[in-house]
Amino acid sequence: MAINGNKVNPKKFHKNQIPFYLYLIPIAIFMGAPIVYIINHAFKPMDELFAFPPRFFVSNPSFINFQNLFQTAAGSSIPISRYIFNSFVVTVAVVLLSILISTMAGFALSKMKFRLKNTIFEVNNLALMFVATAVTIPRYLTINTVGILDTYWAHILPLIAMPVCLFLIKQFMDQVPDSLLEAAQLEGAGSFRIYWKVILPLTKPAIATGAILAFQSVWTNVETSNLFTSSESIRTLSFYMNTLSGVGTVQGQGMAAAAALIMFIPNLLLFVVMQSSVMNTMAYSGMK
Amino acid sequence: MRTKRSTPYLFLMPYLILFSVFIIVPTVMAVALSFTNYNAVETPEVVGLTNYINLLTQDTIFLQYVLPNTVLFALIVGPVGYMLAFFLAWSLSQLTKLPRTILALIIYSPSMTMGVAMTVMWRVVFLGNQSGIANYALTQLGIITEPIVWMLNTNYIMPIVIIVALWGSMGVGFLAMLAGLLNISPELYEAASIDGVRNRFQEVFYITIPSMKPQMLFGAVMAVVNAFQAGNIGVMLTGSNPTPQYAAQLMVNHIEDYGFTRYEMGYAAAVSVALLGIIYTFSFVARKLFTEKD
Repeated sequence: MAINGNKVNPKKFHKNQIPFYLYLIPIAIFMGAPIVYIINHAFKPMDELFAFPPRFFVSNPSFINFQNLFQTAAGSSIPISRYIFNSFVVTVAVVLLSILISTMAGFALSKMKFRLKNTIFEVNNLALMFVATAVTIPRYLTINTVGILDTYWAHILPLIAMPVCLFLIKQFMDQVPDSLLEAAQLEGAGSFRIYWKVILPLTKPAIATGAILAFQSVWTNVETSNLFTSSESIRTLSFYMNTLSGVGTVQGQGMAAAAALIMFIPNLLLFVVMQSSVMNTMAYSGMK
Repeated sequence: MRTKRSTPYLFLMPYLILFSVFIIVPTVMAVALSFTNYNAVETPEVVGLTNYINLLTQDTIFLQYVLPNTVLFALIVGPVGYMLAFFLAWSLSQLTKLPRTILALIIYSPSMTMGVAMTVMWRVVFLGNQSGIANYALTQLGIITEPIVWMLNTNYIMPIVIIVALWGSMGVGFLAMLAGLLNISPELYEAASIDGVRNRFQEVFYITIPSMKPQMLFGAVMAVVNAFQAGNIGVMLTGSNPTPQYAAQLMVNHIEDYGFTRYEMGYAAAVSVALLGIIYTFSFVARKLFTEKD
């Protein structure tokens, strides 16, 4: 058996696991505390936001910060529902499209033979290190040239091609046995059918991870609203939330915490759902 | 798999088009612009290597603050963040499923809050007056008597930025490594212990790491990118670009300072190209490390 009775992915608790808990739990507290704090902060009524000494936990939770947030939005020309709608459209489009094109490209790079294969994969690997903020200016110029400035496409198109997604999906597809594809071909399945019926179902964990990546890159993106759009009516929720967090007052702090929470919760929920599916599929897929 | 000659290109086309337009073309343009003087209004004027020469000889802020800050920041947040991510993922893989999932979720969650949420939280923690959490805690513990104005004190800005960056760095690389660890077949470990692997250390180096190389490399790449992308933390926390006395000024901030505040786009492009150069050097080292271990 494995060393000291410990093993990877154990089925049962064993006292040898205790040392891991001894440092993992304090680290988890450090990592999680600011998030617990922001949740509490968002629900603090005015007097608790002002309170001295500062309190970590909320004692009389209220929705006053959320009310203030929505009232401020109602006071401006664009209702908050518009920002929510924009974010929703843009996010769904980016996640679906980037999964679609990355899995297609990943399939070609992983399982097909063609001349430029290695070159394309190498270029994509180099692009993994692409830091978008470093080339913001030429990106703006390109988007202007393409003619999508100040449209929904300005939010969507620049974010769809994610080298990280493709890399991850391609690496994962490499583990799918070629014999499965050959068997499908013998039965007369074409490339697209194999992609749809064999490759996609077998790469679910990578797709889930890719979806998380794409979601995060678009949901909290402020840049596309800031730089590539000028009409307030097509800007996104994260942009609006970001303008609020600049307010330095205590009331502003409460509102900003509420805003931060609204941005954070979908992220968290999506991850909880996806993470369990990633872990489950990994544990039971049995392909290596 | 055998296909028609055109099939792979059909599958690749949508990705390649978008990839070229929004990643390759802007990068090439950045290189081209870096040899010009461009103020975003007039036509760019070709100036040769002037921008690069100025960057390396005239720009004292760059040489004195920005470059050393960037290297320090990247070295700590990159390699240290990476090793931490592997260590945490490995530790988590030794636990049963439920606690592992919960702890992994908590450790991963900060990387979801980068941006808006992060700014709010850490600003309140490091508030400059006595009602800031950090000041209050330190006062209660008797370590300080006067509140520290964290975000204006040049001694503290950089360490705080580094801590916040590390806090948020357990992202997808960490998850990929955890998944990789759990995917290693248990028979490998059993075979290794029969073959005489004695301790955890040997096990990690001879079995675990070689068995999860794809995830290790991916984690390394993510660590490099993360280290350079986290460059906005200083500006977000202090609320100003440049950061107070350039204490946490990184290359990403320097680019924005020149590009969007001063509209010296040609010069900003030269800084971008230098930044991309540094990033590729880092990732080159990372890739060398992982191909040797094969």
